[in-house]
Amino acid sequence: MDLTIAIITGTLIGATPLIFAALGELVVERSGVLNLGIEGMMLIGAVTAFGFAFAGYPPIVAALVAMLAGATAALLFGVLALTLMANQYAAGLALTLFGTGLSTFLGHGFGAAPLTAITEVSIPFLSSIPIVGPLLFRYDPMVYLAIALIPIIWFALYRTKMGLVIRVIGESPQSAHAIGYNVVLVRYLATLFGGAMAGLGGAYLALAYTPLWVPNMTAGKGWIALALVIFSGWRPFRVMLGAWLFGGVTILQLHAQGFGIDVPSQILSALPYVATIFVLVVISRNKIFLLKNFPTSLGKPFHPGN
Amino acid sequence: MRSFTLEQRLNPSLAIRALSPIAATLVTILAGCAMFYVLGYEPLGTLKVFFIDPLTSVYGISEVLVKACPLVLIGLGLAIGFRANVWNIGAEGQLTMGAICAGGFALAIGEKDFGFTLLIMVILGALGGMAWASIPAFLKVRFNTNEILVTLMLNYVAILLLSYLVHGPWRDPFGFNFPQTALFHPSAMFSPVFPGFRVTGSIFIVIGATIIAWAIVTRSFLGFQMAIAGKAPRAGQFAGYRENKAIWLGLLIGGGAAGLAGMAEAAGPLGQLLPTISPGYGYTAIIVAFLGRLHPIGVVFGGLLVSLIANGGESAQMHLGMHSSLAQIFQGMLLFFVLAADFLVFYKLKLVTR
Repeated sequence: MDLTIAIITGTLIGATPLIFAALGELVVERSGVLNLGIEGMMLIGAVTAFGFAFAGYPPIVAALVAMLAGATAALLFGVLALTLMANQYAAGLALTLFGTGLSTFLGHGFGAAPLTAITEVSIPFLSSIPIVGPLLFRYDPMVYLAIALIPIIWFALYRTKMGLVIRVIGESPQSAHAIGYNVVLVRYLATLFGGAMAGLGGAYLALAYTPLWVPNMTAGKGWIALALVIFSGWRPFRVMLGAWLFGGVTILQLHAQGFGIDVPSQILSALPYVATIFVLVVISRNKIFLLKNFPTSLGKPFHPGN
Repeated sequence: MRSFTLEQRLNPSLAIRALSPIAATLVTILAGCAMFYVLGYEPLGTLKVFFIDPLTSVYGISEVLVKACPLVLIGLGLAIGFRANVWNIGAEGQLTMGAICAGGFALAIGEKDFGFTLLIMVILGALGGMAWASIPAFLKVRFNTNEILVTLMLNYVAILLLSYLVHGPWRDPFGFNFPQTALFHPSAMFSPVFPGFRVTGSIFIVIGATIIAWAIVTRSFLGFQMAIAGKAPRAGQFAGYRENKAIWLGLLIGGGAAGLAGMAEAAGPLGQLLPTISPGYGYTAIIVAFLGRLHPIGVVFGGLLVSLIANGGESAQMHLGMHSSLAQIFQGMLLFFVLAADFLVFYKLKLVTR
């Protein structure tokens, strides 16, 4: 029983950074922009958050600064991809490569100093209920925040005018432009939002999940978040499902190593990556599902003069 | 009223296409100076350590070539794929598989000298990279699976596989428990071109690959078809071109080149298999490909420049105590500015009076 609880709570915690980053990218892609720089923005967020927490700032300040740092990194991408109309694939890759280098450089003074992690909040009374308590009411606040953001993003995308504008721009920037919307501005805002969310995901890794700074500590989580957006078919609630699936694989893999199951640790460590490929294959075979909510203009540059 | 409008250049001249990466390099150097200044280093002196010092000795030049070889080789393969819009970012994994396949053979034959061990290793290295790249190609063609994500995920898998092998079954029994294989027999290694320097015979493979890539891109119908397909997929179909063919070719060429580079690392400077074969060559080569404007000759210059920066980073670490990741930041900035400079290649700012 304790083990089951440990696996379920571990899954929810492991899913949290993925939910942040994937929800951000989902909004970005819904506006028709493909930013492959998530991994870089997460690393920049992680190193920033760690640096501020290390300097003694409270975690909430560290997380907010990490969001700002992520958004700033996204701005670099925006200038290239939206203003200068560079190839979005290349611009995103550039951001990931740059972010990897920059975060390594900024973090080299931190060493492997551990940090006072964000602590879980035990909700009084509820958290002491057996089984249900530890299962539902003993997480750090960011786990709840990630889950709460899913309906919020859904509402914003599907029930507000802003969401409609974002989706129309992702579908047909020409039409949106003709009606009078500022396509480039909306895409900038979506891109900045995506950067802030990736920064927050990185901050969660550095402040709560690990909690320490190691170069390249995201270990592909930014790319898995990108896979989650495809898995979700560009719909927020399915992001959560996917994140739990990947969080679960990661946790099971760690527990399997703890059990001393007679499989080389490297093979277990490869599981999340193999699982990502497997899930992508299953999802992508169904073109109808994939294309249903696919933002038609994804990755294509737009210029108002065209 | 006066205002600026953008006009697309349909056929940018060769001069402006060649000048834009040079301009981007100069801007990167300026930005680098600003960065050095902010970090409290004297800009010009630091710049000299980064860009001039590695070239002041024959050994330094040889070291630039050592790092440029894998970068150019991988960059050539990636550029051909990128031209056809095949986004292979799995070169790091393909390189690792090339090293594993060729290294496995070298370990298997041990002390026996066939006479053409190295040739077999070259073939196995290329095949290993191609086999690894054929996974995303197959999944993309058969199941429509995004090749960016599959190639990237396979990087982690390949590196974990290498780690398993050198920690486990392939570990040198006389290696004091270090995670490394036995040293290869000399017949399974490239010999240095000049005694005392680390540049090996694999440089001739890189030169040969450059010529082949140049011929494919500029002189073959295949290159023409791939370029058309990358620019205008529908027009490419009229030119008798199938998207699936581009995916297979783009990935196999990229994978084969990366596998060769991995084999050349294992059989060259390293002489054995270690947990890490490459310091990220597979990723850095993406910068090289774009810096070379996806043209084989450009890739050669791009590889030399990026290698110079990497060596400059090492000399700055040694002489000024700078952290080696500065070189990575430099390379990232370079790619940013190269992409930004593209804007001036493809668009003209025009001042119009209405």
